[in-house]
Amino acid sequence: MNIDHDKIFRSKRNKQNFAFWTFRILSFGIAGILFWILGFIVMHGIKVISWDFITKMPEDGMTKGGIMPAIVGTLTLVAGSIIFAFPLGIMAGIYMNEYAREGFLKRFIQVMTNNLAGIPSIVFGLFGMSLFVNKLHFGDSILAGSLTLGILVLPIVIRTTEEALKAVDDSFRIGSLALGASKWQTTSRVILPSAFPNIITGLILSIGRVSGETAPILFTCAAYFLPKLPHSIMDQVMALPYHLYVIATSGTNITESRPIAYGTALVLIAIVLIMNILANILRRYFGKKVKTN
Amino acid sequence: MQKLFLQKSICNRVKFFRKLLERLIEGLLMLSGGLTSLIVVLIVVFLFREGLGIFGSPSMETSSVLVVNKSNPIKSLTAAQIKNIFDQNITHWNEIGGKKDTIILFRIDDLTNYVSEEEVGANLENVPACLNKVVDSIPNILAFLPANKIPKNFKGVIVPSEKISPGTFLGGKEWFPTAEPAAQMGVLPLILGTLLVSFVAILIALPLGLSTAIYMGEIAPDGIRRIMKPVIELLAGIPSVVYGFFGLVVIVPLIKNAFGLDVGETALSGSIILAIMALPTIITISEDAMRNTPRAMKEASLALGATKWQTIYKVVIPYSASGITAAAILGIGRAVGETMAVLMVTGNASVMPHSILQPVRTIPATIAAELGEAPQGGLHYQALFALGCILFLITLIINLSVESISKRKKGERH
Repeated sequence: MNIDHDKIFRSKRNKQNFAFWTFRILSFGIAGILFWILGFIVMHGIKVISWDFITKMPEDGMTKGGIMPAIVGTLTLVAGSIIFAFPLGIMAGIYMNEYAREGFLKRFIQVMTNNLAGIPSIVFGLFGMSLFVNKLHFGDSILAGSLTLGILVLPIVIRTTEEALKAVDDSFRIGSLALGASKWQTTSRVILPSAFPNIITGLILSIGRVSGETAPILFTCAAYFLPKLPHSIMDQVMALPYHLYVIATSGTNITESRPIAYGTALVLIAIVLIMNILANILRRYFGKKVKTN
Repeated sequence: MQKLFLQKSICNRVKFFRKLLERLIEGLLMLSGGLTSLIVVLIVVFLFREGLGIFGSPSMETSSVLVVNKSNPIKSLTAAQIKNIFDQNITHWNEIGGKKDTIILFRIDDLTNYVSEEEVGANLENVPACLNKVVDSIPNILAFLPANKIPKNFKGVIVPSEKISPGTFLGGKEWFPTAEPAAQMGVLPLILGTLLVSFVAILIALPLGLSTAIYMGEIAPDGIRRIMKPVIELLAGIPSVVYGFFGLVVIVPLIKNAFGLDVGETALSGSIILAIMALPTIITISEDAMRNTPRAMKEASLALGATKWQTIYKVVIPYSASGITAAAILGIGRAVGETMAVLMVTGNASVMPHSILQPVRTIPATIAAELGEAPQGGLHYQALFALGCILFLITLIINLSVESISKRKKGERH
């Protein structure tokens, strides 16, 4: 029996150190990718950003001027899809968590919602085109685009609401019901207010998602070049992500419009970043508040 | 006494209305709960109604026809044969089962080579009659004519082009949906292109994603985890078109220089961008799975003298294997359906992929690039919807298999 325990221990420790350092370096590498992408776009885009860039119409085959109509278009689409998806999604979430009984129906709806969430965005584009644009004769319009985007975020809103409601302690429900409140009174006056911060956090993230989607609006509302602001919900609009795609790949003069592309990418990323940071701040703020209570 | 009775009846009525309201609200909530199911059904109906229309339709637009002499034994032509004939790859009738003569191609513009301009007439009013004469006089002719120029007592024979079947659609190796005279609707190169790009992406993303998940879930101190989590969320939040733009201006030139290629828009560029985009999905889901390993199992392993690393790869990883599988499958699903980034960096050449350093074209990119130009209700339009159906089915299979994996896991635990 002459086992060198020290040696075995050392080799085990070396192996562990090697593995852990590999993981550490790879993880930091992945974080590095994010900063690489962000840094690259900020570095190139910041030179272009100015007040004029944000508030002017595009000019000269989109090689000069600003991106105002694209910004307005994206905001319009975000607002439109929110008006459609948030009320319905929150109601569906309430039904799933508070009302639906365990069983086939609930399971079925869950599977369907998951499937809807997994459908690629281009398929939403096809669907939106064939239902809203062609069948219902909305044409290429803000209405068709907003509805398509609304359907796209619906599963996210439902899931967020469900998660938020799940986090509310059951003692709230039991307490309210014991005081003689009805189910809807309990849900609307006790459960929803305490779940509200979490719901809002999730919704802000879905706004970020909507503002970046391109494929669903390709054939439902996006205009290639339209230097005016929309007047009604039946108008076409420019949108930031589609604008970026167009000037990056098929503009009349790609080298001259490259700075505009960097600027557009920066504005787009800024919107997503702001939404993410806002959601994080809210999460932290409300998280603390709940704890101190 | 009467007052009391009145109060009671009002009370009853209030109770009744309140109950009615409750029911109403419950019904309303239930309806919105069922909305997603309704939408999925609608998507299936609309997608397949447009997409399945392609099967059974001829591969030529109805506005034009192919015509042969009445002595020609050829009864029908496949889309591939028509293309090869008009590309001059097939020059003799016997190559496609006819007589031993060369094929004489004829288009409407060639008419004045056979008849004089006086015969055609100043206002082209005699074109149908002249066509009749030309087709009847040349036995080896194959004429491609507009359908409205065919005269009533036509002496030639109209050759129907073969109808598009699921076999030729899925197995065809050529995708030229706007080719004249016959569109080539073979989606095999697109399907293979999609799978190639996605699988290479997962091969890159899985080891990286797992390492990060292990680091975040098991190794990293709390402080670093609190920074890493939002970083991963942000990575997931960046719009795909921004990834595509980044790929176009950074990755594509990089690949071009690294491999000394003529064009940097290759399958590999697409895979790299897709790998970055699939990372957040893989990391979050596999980290969740690892986090679910019971503490007792880990502590038992450590108590037996195993190092932390041994515990991770002999206890934590095997325990969360199904979660990791689900993560990989969902990552593939994300990659298969991704449109804009792939459209911008893979070069979009619809050829059978032979290597990852070639341009390829994926299904979503094809839809995004071509739907804008396809006239509504036409053959091309239907073909693109059929591609959408294929994409839908692939993602459906992926979702259901993930569902069954996570369900099996739940079953095991109880």
